[in-house]
Amino acid sequence: MTILPPDRDPEGRPAPATNAPPSTPTRRDFLRPAALFTGTVAALRGGLTLLTRPPGAVDTAPGEDLVWRPGHPPGPYDTTEAVTPYREATTYNNFYEFGFGKADPARLGGSLRTRPWTVRIDGEVRRPQTVDLGTLQGWFPLEDRVYRMRCVEGWSMVMPWLGFPLAALLKRVEPTGQARYVQFTALHDPAQFPGQRSSVLDWPYVEGLRLDEAMHPLTLMAVGLQGRVLLPQNGAPLRLVVPWKYGFKSIKSVVRITLTREQPRTTWSEAAPGEYGFYANVNPAVDHPRWSQATERRIGELGRRPTLPFNGYAEEVAHLYAGMDLRQFF
Amino acid sequence: MFLDAWTGALGANPVQRTLHQTGLLTLVLLILSLACTPLRLVFRWTWPARVRKALGLLAFGYAALHFLIYLFDQGFVPSAIVTDVLERPFITVGFTALLLLLPLALTSRADSVRRLGFARWQRLHRLVYVSVGLAALHYWWGVKKDHTAPFLAVLAIAALFAVRRIWKRRPPVRTRATQPGD
Repeated sequence: MTILPPDRDPEGRPAPATNAPPSTPTRRDFLRPAALFTGTVAALRGGLTLLTRPPGAVDTAPGEDLVWRPGHPPGPYDTTEAVTPYREATTYNNFYEFGFGKADPARLGGSLRTRPWTVRIDGEVRRPQTVDLGTLQGWFPLEDRVYRMRCVEGWSMVMPWLGFPLAALLKRVEPTGQARYVQFTALHDPAQFPGQRSSVLDWPYVEGLRLDEAMHPLTLMAVGLQGRVLLPQNGAPLRLVVPWKYGFKSIKSVVRITLTREQPRTTWSEAAPGEYGFYANVNPAVDHPRWSQATERRIGELGRRPTLPFNGYAEEVAHLYAGMDLRQFF
Repeated sequence: MFLDAWTGALGANPVQRTLHQTGLLTLVLLILSLACTPLRLVFRWTWPARVRKALGLLAFGYAALHFLIYLFDQGFVPSAIVTDVLERPFITVGFTALLLLLPLALTSRADSVRRLGFARWQRLHRLVYVSVGLAALHYWWGVKKDHTAPFLAVLAIAALFAVRRIWKRRPPVRTRATQPGD
């Protein structure tokens, strides 16, 4: 038996409390709502925590193949800024083919088969062909390029890519005099890309560049990141990297490269033409309709830093847009 | 959230993540506080009404935290924030939703109803309807492409308002018809 204070009823406080006028609160009137309140809050917090927590520990095991050796000569355009840790670079990704959450690509990337992989190169070229990725990679020496990467959402990373200049590939397939644009198409296979089962974007993901942008020495076709073969979340096995443009231009998991006469339709500029233009040059002076692009958060830092015109590559690329109003051609 | 921060589960961009989490919690709490009356009408439950004030205040608390994190995210630069609030409808709407909650939180003291008079107090607290609508719009605009979650929020709000509507039109039929007989 529990020992009760003399002023307490051993049955607990019974019904009279409900008959009492509301202006004279009893202990129960406080305790019950308090308990209900605490219970509600605890349940709510628990539920929402489960709902919004990232899905467990993400496997960030390094890729098997080492395609870069220590002591590799630095690239001509390398930034000396601190490289984003591999864990962040491989777990914080936008890749809607896998899902809309930043952790989805790392979690679901295992469903992508990156070998065998072929790339079709066609359109306005003299030597259209379909080439196996291994063969393609063997044609050019791999270069490492430590580039800044600026997402349209206002965050940025520093990524040590491994790849070859797109210009080398284009020269090899010999563009005709009619070629003015390059269109890139990503793999379309809902069996491998769970996000493609949703019609949120018009699949397959398509991006494009003007031929002179594509031929620029900064424009890279990447197959590796930080000395390792690209992981699915980073665009395996072959992706475009255009460091002076917002990240969404740098299409991932490319299966087709087509040279065209007309400016190709591109996925995001069709999905939201007022927000995502064809050019998508990083430009602190042109705001996104919902947020300013003047600053960015480098992943790993808490504060914001000013965004540089053309993501800091103005010296190299500004001349490509001489005479263009970049507010109109954003 | 603090546990997440401790364990590193906030991920690579903790500021953005906490911003999104506090925003989502605000909206969920607002919706729950609005669910109290419909739950009473439909299931005759009275306990939700007793935690309603707590839910509302908690919603305001999270809204304030959400705003603070936003200010931190913007680096506390007053000019940038004023521009943001005035020029970007997405921010304007969210800020208005917060402003509308402020008088509600201030008049949640026990003696506020008496001081204002119930009719006036109730009219003031109907601002929550506007606020939750704006909050949902703010959420909708904040999402880049996949609108499933904001759609669910809008659906929940619409359902709650529909219940109020329907149950008010044919009100105490059940309550009064059954009570004397039993």
